[in-house]
Amino acid sequence: MNWLNFPAWLPENVSTFGQGVDNLFILIYWITSIVFLAVMAVLIVFIIKYRFQEGRKAEYIEGSTTLEITWTAATTVIVFGLAMLSLPQWNKIKFPSQFPGNPGAVVQVSGKQFNWDMTYPGPDGEWGTDDDLELENQLHVPVNEVVHIRLTAEDVIHSFFVPQLRLKQDALPGRFINMWFEATKPGTYEIPCAELCGFGHSGMLGYLTVHTAEDYAAWVNERWGE
Amino acid sequence: MNDHAHESHDHHHEESFVRKYLFSLDHKMIGKQFLIFGLVMFMVGGGLALLFRWQLAWPDKPLPIIGVSKEYMEEGEVTTAADRKWEERFDDDKETWIEVNMPSGVIDPAFYNSLFTMHATIMVFFVVVPLLVGAFGNFLIPLMIGTRDMAFPVLNMLSFWFNMLGGIIMMAGFFVPGGHAAAGWTGYAPLSSVPELSGVDWGQNLWCISLIVMGISSLMGSINYITTIINMRAPGMTWFRLPLAIWALFIVAILLLLAFPVVASALALILFDRMAGTSFFLAEGGGDSLLWQHLFWFFAHPEVYILILPGMGMASEMLPVFARKPIFGYKSMVFAMIAIAFLSWIVWGHHMFQSGMNPALGAAFMTTTMLIAVPSAIKTFNWLGTLHRASIRFTVPMLNTLAFVSMFVIGGLSGIYMANSPVDIYIHDTYYIVAHIHYVVFGGSVFAIFGGIFYWFPKMFGRHMNATLGKIHFWISFLAFNGVFFPMHILGVGGHMRRIANPMQYEFLQHMQWINVFITVCAFILGVAQFLLLFNVFWSIFRGKVAEQNPWQATTLEWYAPTPVPHGNFGAIPQVYHGPYEYSVPGADKDWTPQTEPNGESPHGEPIPAGATAD
Repeated sequence: MNWLNFPAWLPENVSTFGQGVDNLFILIYWITSIVFLAVMAVLIVFIIKYRFQEGRKAEYIEGSTTLEITWTAATTVIVFGLAMLSLPQWNKIKFPSQFPGNPGAVVQVSGKQFNWDMTYPGPDGEWGTDDDLELENQLHVPVNEVVHIRLTAEDVIHSFFVPQLRLKQDALPGRFINMWFEATKPGTYEIPCAELCGFGHSGMLGYLTVHTAEDYAAWVNERWGE
Repeated sequence: MNDHAHESHDHHHEESFVRKYLFSLDHKMIGKQFLIFGLVMFMVGGGLALLFRWQLAWPDKPLPIIGVSKEYMEEGEVTTAADRKWEERFDDDKETWIEVNMPSGVIDPAFYNSLFTMHATIMVFFVVVPLLVGAFGNFLIPLMIGTRDMAFPVLNMLSFWFNMLGGIIMMAGFFVPGGHAAAGWTGYAPLSSVPELSGVDWGQNLWCISLIVMGISSLMGSINYITTIINMRAPGMTWFRLPLAIWALFIVAILLLLAFPVVASALALILFDRMAGTSFFLAEGGGDSLLWQHLFWFFAHPEVYILILPGMGMASEMLPVFARKPIFGYKSMVFAMIAIAFLSWIVWGHHMFQSGMNPALGAAFMTTTMLIAVPSAIKTFNWLGTLHRASIRFTVPMLNTLAFVSMFVIGGLSGIYMANSPVDIYIHDTYYIVAHIHYVVFGGSVFAIFGGIFYWFPKMFGRHMNATLGKIHFWISFLAFNGVFFPMHILGVGGHMRRIANPMQYEFLQHMQWINVFITVCAFILGVAQFLLLFNVFWSIFRGKVAEQNPWQATTLEWYAPTPVPHGNFGAIPQVYHGPYEYSVPGADKDWTPQTEPNGESPHGEPIPAGATAD
């Protein structure tokens, strides 16, 4: 694979908002690549053309206000534009008030040295009741449905990361942070911990299983019956 | 008055070894002390990196030489001397340091965490800051502004020895029970604040204490720098005639002065949590883990600019000298640095986009962070402008400076990915950030340091470093540096988390493992190459070619001082007539016009006759 083609190294995206993240990534990739190549081209041309040669003197140039204004303005416009362009995407993923409703699954995920504890509230929809289901390192969700996660931690900070969902969120002890995703492809995906959490940090790993609608119904049925 | 000072300084008595080399009050000697300290710690920090690079490339495989053989590992068959040694170690009742941290020569996961924690801690606080701010700051400020010493020489000496004390405390942490701090250089609470959660006991305490001591050292230095630069500039040295390196150091001193008290308080809170049973960072006691991150990054983001601004300043010194041209846009360079310094106080939240702080803050911090690209771009374009119609000399300092500029461009551009909060959701805490910080701090600052050491060496030690060795060191370092850190972008895009000891535990990372092997091979080359630098420095101190007063034909005041620079620096304090980068002035008889000579006049002060040309 081409080392310079960054986007080609992204893992497959399987979430509804992942493409938006990837598009921004690719946009920045093109902007930065063009700027980088342009700067390097100028640098290399200058280095070769203006290398020391007998009989040629450097020119006394102190600067240029026009150029300063031009590149200051151009950079400001580009980065401000980029920030404005990115805000809706950020809000969509992280602002609880903008989360889509009617979740097909609601799960509490809690990081604990060095596991992910998943708690399903069961048919009554409330945590802390008898019909709760606790699973270690196993997260089961239906495909093409919104999933709401309540994220927390028991000891230190952990970070819930599913690369294929383009989703990462730190889990904090003593706080509940809400997040959401909608997976678009059935399969099993790894949930590494992305925040240093102690000597067992490496290898702290859960699994997200995205089921088809029928499979998920069967899985729910198996646990709680009709 | 100048003449009087001149006399009193010229006839100083011979000083004892202790006064001259250990507890010196002379800013030049203190600068050299910082230089040696920084270079030694550079090798230590690099060595730690090589240990964990081995683990990343070949997870859980015994280290070469000191580790056991494959046969011993698999079948218990003693085949090498190391195997025999390990048999002895396992047989006796003692649990030695090496048995705890590297059983059989395999790096233990807890020790792995200490390794990367201490690599970063040492490189940031004991290498880059002491070298850029301590060594170059001390050596250059009085010489470049045209004064005899720092405002507070005793404070200056104390600053070095507090730095040394901090270093000793930090190194002691490796040898206490429970191992050294292992919560990352960012020391996120509550991992860092509750001993039971990390298994680290006094290591983390010493880490906190050492950094507080280092902070005191930095405060003493910065007060000194600020006072000296404001009050002791030579006659005629107006603010806009100051060399950009001095501007950079001045701004950095202000940042240090304001930032360190914040982290010192936060470190004290960690110590209280650990030792006095408080719970500032513990939710069940009413505290909050995010408090640490806010306090730490409020300090550490300015700290990041403390790590790069002096490098920018030094690059801006060397570029005009070897381009034989004035720096392009001097004033916009100054204002860009001031802008960076101001912005550095309002961007800390970009380290915390995924931390769980209010997402509205994420949106605000993304905007301020993006703005940092503007002054950074201004600086880059001005460096390019300086090369336009220049007459470039490819000396060792210039090669390193050009590397600085191009690597800083990569480091700056890769920052835009992370400044963009939605993209950061994915690449946060991956190798992408590791690549970014190393392109800025190694590709940027460290190459500026390489160049700066070579460039100012003749003034520091009265001798030149070896140019051939310098070029070999540069090219190996430059290529190996890119071999190490460029592929880390790819790992990051692939989702490779930072701070994991064994990438092979994750299925989605296994296809990229060959990249980890490639990086480690390059890292060993990069590490070995640094011995060339170390050898060149120490050999040249005693055996280098003797240097003349102004070997690079540069304009700034340090080159006006005699070589070797005497106690008190200058004979008579020089009068400054113009800015620091007057190269190839039309009508001048040579292509550099020192700050001590009026423009358009010959060195002897006589006006050049009308109509005369430079040649």
